[in-house]
Amino acid sequence: MDVLAVLSVAVRGALGPEAAIYALAAIGLNIHFGYTGLLNFGQVGFMLVGAYGTAISVLSFDAPLWVGVLVGMACAVVLALILGIPTLRLRGDYLAIATIAAAEVLRYLYRSSFAEPVTGGVFGLVQFAGEFYAVNPYTAPLELGPLRFSERALWLMTVAWGITFLAAGLVWLLVHSPWGRVLRAVREDEDAARSLGKNVFAYKMQALVLGGVLGALAGSLLAINSQAITPDAFIPIITFYLWTIMILGGASRVLGPILGSIVFWFLLTFLDAFLRGAMSAGWIPGGLLAPSDIGAVRFAAVGLGLMLLMVFRPAGLIGNQKELRLDVR
Amino acid sequence: MSDDRHEDLLAQRESVREQEQEREDTPSVGARRAAAALAGVANVPGVAKPDAILVADDMSRHFGGVRAVEVEHLEIQRGTITALIGPNGAGKSTFFNLITGFDRPNSGRWSFDGRDISGAPSFRIARHGMVRTFQLTKALTRLTSLENLMLGATGQRGERLLASLLRPAWAAQEAGIRHRAEELLARFNLSHMRDEFAGTMSGGQRKLLEMARALMVQPDMILLDEPMAGVNPALTQSLLGHIETLRDEGMTIVLVEHDMDVIMSISDWVVCFAQGKVIAEGRPDDIRRDTAVIDAYLGSQRSLQEDQT
Ligand SMILES: Nc1ncnc2c1ncn2[C@@H]1O[C@H](COP(=O)(O)OP(=O)(O)OP(=O)(O)O)[C@@H](O)[C@H]1O
Ligand SMILES: [Mg+2]
Repeated sequence: MDVLAVLSVAVRGALGPEAAIYALAAIGLNIHFGYTGLLNFGQVGFMLVGAYGTAISVLSFDAPLWVGVLVGMACAVVLALILGIPTLRLRGDYLAIATIAAAEVLRYLYRSSFAEPVTGGVFGLVQFAGEFYAVNPYTAPLELGPLRFSERALWLMTVAWGITFLAAGLVWLLVHSPWGRVLRAVREDEDAARSLGKNVFAYKMQALVLGGVLGALAGSLLAINSQAITPDAFIPIITFYLWTIMILGGASRVLGPILGSIVFWFLLTFLDAFLRGAMSAGWIPGGLLAPSDIGAVRFAAVGLGLMLLMVFRPAGLIGNQKELRLDVR
Repeated sequence: MSDDRHEDLLAQRESVREQEQEREDTPSVGARRAAAALAGVANVPGVAKPDAILVADDMSRHFGGVRAVEVEHLEIQRGTITALIGPNGAGKSTFFNLITGFDRPNSGRWSFDGRDISGAPSFRIARHGMVRTFQLTKALTRLTSLENLMLGATGQRGERLLASLLRPAWAAQEAGIRHRAEELLARFNLSHMRDEFAGTMSGGQRKLLEMARALMVQPDMILLDEPMAGVNPALTQSLLGHIETLRDEGMTIVLVEHDMDVIMSISDWVVCFAQGKVIAEGRPDDIRRDTAVIDAYLGSQRSLQEDQT
């Protein structure tokens, strides 16, 4: 087995556009959960409306791609309002239920046959991001030893990581302001915030919208990245990957989701390449593990890693471990 | 313990005693003003006050069969320290919850500073200038003490989403708020906890923190639910002094308290609750001898002892 090849695959996974996109969506989730304490179990729903908002605008309305991205973000605002208005005045669990259900309802809606003329139904939509690739400034692939990034990948990485770091910068500015202080107060105790004259509902709504918009932006990037979307790419498990990423890196840390995503994708692609390599090298007996099991095994391994992390660093890789030890009285 | 330390302590205790003495000997401006304002007011439940800041009518709140609050009429005089007393479960905290918008009454209307605030959301009531603390403290555990206090300031420009991105728009105001918060922390003996998470504080420190945080709002009226519970005697004395100063500056204070010595020493007016109703109100000395209060709350033993001393 070529160790260098395995590692380079893993590094490509960790730095690739998917890692940036997941980091961006997890940054949105971090605004929800990490800073405001909102339980959003349907972040993938925001990604879905972002992706379809972009694709449909381009394909059905001949809008420029950037307008499509904005439309996707506007859809997220609407979704956040629909989810938030009835539930944010209630206890936290109601938002959790509403978001998880809404994400699934949206997926079924977009894949239903009556929506097919617009959404493409189960087949989804393809070829809507030509404009993006047409303005690719990279003319040659980048080669660093065994690492190789194509022009296309470079362009995607530049844009996706650029947006992700911009979003992280935005979050940094927000949470280090009095606005962010109110957000954290709402996370700690809504009634205490109310007793000091803070309109808790409005802050929760703003947080939900903001995090949702970042999710939608991630969805748009995902759509642009693959140039093809189907509703079944937006299954609930994506939301749980995002939670994993956020907790792995450290919730309520600005760079937590970014670090979490890099580590998550590194582990995932590393294990995949490693297991495949080990199998073809005959290190693992065929009776023990079939090639088709690799996908499942690598997630099991990531889960195991997460469990170990929770034991040894419960607040995540860069989380404030002291914060977590505060007892609740 | 070193001699120095001991001397210090003795001196501290002496000064506390002096403060107490002083308080008993010479009523403060606020106390005199309050006494004068309440001079002609009769000792009957629901009596009208000359300058009421809070007026509550027909307030009721039932939990299943429990009539937690059944207040026909209650007025709180502006610029006084009013104590709410009554046995456990009398409905004092529930009454606080109702008038501050944290709970909805089954019926009732109430107004603050001449403005009808029946049914208004709690945050708006706080913005109108009526702020409360909680019997079970609500420290914001993963915020530092300083952040806890700074949160209390009202009218913060940086608390608006878009403005928060423009640091220059709120930096100066923030510095002023920080300064005020540090002063209050010092006043409540919490300066050493400035940058510690509130979650690391002791129960008594949290009580202090919560009261200081409420004061950051600069309210016209503050409702304190057992502010002295779990606070050590020396600090209780200095807190009482602080509360009196607030009253002298014109703030209206309502506090729930079970310690009769505290009540006798600082309140201008006492309202006694029992089983949801106001059963008596009046000046501290009258309340101590009120038979209804003795039966429901003080117990005959206690009042006898006090009469002998
Ligand atoms: N959320 C609730 N659900 C049901 N019953 C309640 C609730 N809150 C209060 N009660 C009941 O209302 C009554 C008044 O309670 P409240 O907390 O107002 O008493 P209190 O006068 O503050 O007593 P204490 O001096 O012990 O703090 C009690 O009988 C209590 O059991
Ligand atoms: Mg109580």
